[in-house]
Amino acid sequence: MAAIALPLSRRTRASASVIPGFGLTLGFTLFGLGLIVLLPLAALLLKAAGTTWEQWGAILGDSRVRSALWLSFGGALAAASINTVFGLLVAWVLVRYPFPGRKLVDAFVDLPFALPTAVAGIALTALYAPNGWLGRVLEPLGIKVAFTPLGVVVAMVFIGLPFVVRTVEPVLQDVDLELEEAAASLGAGRLQTFARVILPAIAPSLLTGFSLALARAVGEYGSVIFIAGNLPGVSEIAPLLIVTRLEQYDYVGATAIAAIMLTISFILLLAVNLLQKWRRARMGG
Amino acid sequence: MIEVEAVSKHFGDFAALDRVSLRVSQGKLVALLGPSGSGKTTLLRILAGLEQPDSGRIRLGGVDATGLGTRDRRVGFVFQHYALFRHMSVAENVAFGLKVRKGADRPPKTEIARRVEELLSLVQLGGLAGRYPSQLSGGQRQRVALARALAVEPRLLLLDEPFGALDAQVRKDLRRWLRNLHDEMGLTGVFVTHDQEEAMEVADEVVVMNKGRIEQIGTPADIYDSPASPFVYRFLGNVNTVPCSVSGGTARVGGLHVGASSMDGGGTAFVRPHDVEILELSPDLPQATIRQVMVLGPLVRVELALPDGTVLESEVTREHKENLALRRGQEVSVFLRKAKVFVGEV
Repeated sequence: MAAIALPLSRRTRASASVIPGFGLTLGFTLFGLGLIVLLPLAALLLKAAGTTWEQWGAILGDSRVRSALWLSFGGALAAASINTVFGLLVAWVLVRYPFPGRKLVDAFVDLPFALPTAVAGIALTALYAPNGWLGRVLEPLGIKVAFTPLGVVVAMVFIGLPFVVRTVEPVLQDVDLELEEAAASLGAGRLQTFARVILPAIAPSLLTGFSLALARAVGEYGSVIFIAGNLPGVSEIAPLLIVTRLEQYDYVGATAIAAIMLTISFILLLAVNLLQKWRRARMGG
Repeated sequence: MIEVEAVSKHFGDFAALDRVSLRVSQGKLVALLGPSGSGKTTLLRILAGLEQPDSGRIRLGGVDATGLGTRDRRVGFVFQHYALFRHMSVAENVAFGLKVRKGADRPPKTEIARRVEELLSLVQLGGLAGRYPSQLSGGQRQRVALARALAVEPRLLLLDEPFGALDAQVRKDLRRWLRNLHDEMGLTGVFVTHDQEEAMEVADEVVVMNKGRIEQIGTPADIYDSPASPFVYRFLGNVNTVPCSVSGGTARVGGLHVGASSMDGGGTAFVRPHDVEILELSPDLPQATIRQVMVLGPLVRVELALPDGTVLESEVTREHKENLALRRGQEVSVFLRKAKVFVGEV
């Protein structure tokens, strides 16, 4: 047996890859993922599994829960969409135009990553409150940002921007200028070149940036709760509702809302991944 | 017809083109030949409208095109690295130029499909319409790029080192194929290359460039047989460069008469190896000693040393070598069929 098994295993190893130790690395990957990601999630689902059908009904029937979930996911989708457009714009400017202070602007992009979220939330609130610098200007125009769902979206846009910029930037850098020249020599206008040549080339990274910004916005807590005002049914996000339930010792309600969030998030991210896969299949690898 | 008049282009302090003028007649295939940095690609890009000249004029078909952008020039441009759209199939790549046309200019779908099919069979890629660029070989990609450029019916085809990224065999095949295609279509074409063999084989006319200027324009035979400058001599083919002195209108190297010159002084004689004839030792002719005999397939390269130490390279046929039984150390006589002397610093 051993005499047969030995050459076989050697062959597999030789044909595998440059970096040896597939078994070891896969083991570590699964162990790490399991310990850090899957275990807490499994515990959450296990806890949620204890919820009875009546309890599920009551939670899903609660208009406060429904509007909180709606605000969290609707707001996150809106914020991620806005970030996709503006993130692309920022990445474009940083990649395509050399201007004085570009390095500085480049560094600013990462600030939302580094700032404690509560600090961001307080700063945004101070800005957009009716007596803040921006709020004072917007108030007479009938636009209220602080303590409304709009404020929630503003905070989500703030914390999600770097994801799109940082995923699109390197890909945009790799888009060969020759492609644009080729398109122009074939008679394409600027808009046609952008829509038909550049956008398809950076679409995968744009989609990745979108899903990262979306995930971050859905899970965001610190910066949002300050600017949201947290009016139940109006500007209360789902993560805050979970915390509220926990503080009321309503563990069943908290885990149930968490489980719902987890499911929706998983479905959204899966949908994005499937979209990527479909795109790749169309491009023929 | 292409007319280039005194075009200059600078990149910072670097003069890429220095008052270059050039005419290309309708239906000709012209090679811009030169080392890297000679300005040949810049000239091509200016013809395409991808680059604007600092001064000078460009006329295409008699019409001033100097300020015109690439879009409006109706030129087909083929890039060295193909620049195919990776997210589009071969057919979509070829159809691109037709699909982006607006309004009444855009042919109907069935017409586009017909044209694409026609072009793909022209470049011998009929069965690969549905493939993506990543699934093609280098030679196939370059042919797709060519079909794409031809789809818009350009009045001028520009190719930037079209075969530079391909392996030797594919390059050879594609060269011949391009030459035939050009003969069939009768399109005016300009291509950039640093490979003299490629320029000689494919082009009707060769433009030799150096340091932003044109050194010589002529047919491949002209350029090879009577180079206008030492640079062209060195750049095209193998050549012996021998320092010589000119006095009384005659240039001599180690007793060998190498040519005539109107000016006296120090100079350099250029002699092609195949113009160095090796003869049996004879008292009437200058002598040399064979230092090395190398058999290179059908040709034999012989290194000769003249009495004053000057080394000359000669190329003789295999037959000639056998007849004279050439070997190292042998004393022979040498005769130069043709040489050209440039007086002064070269």
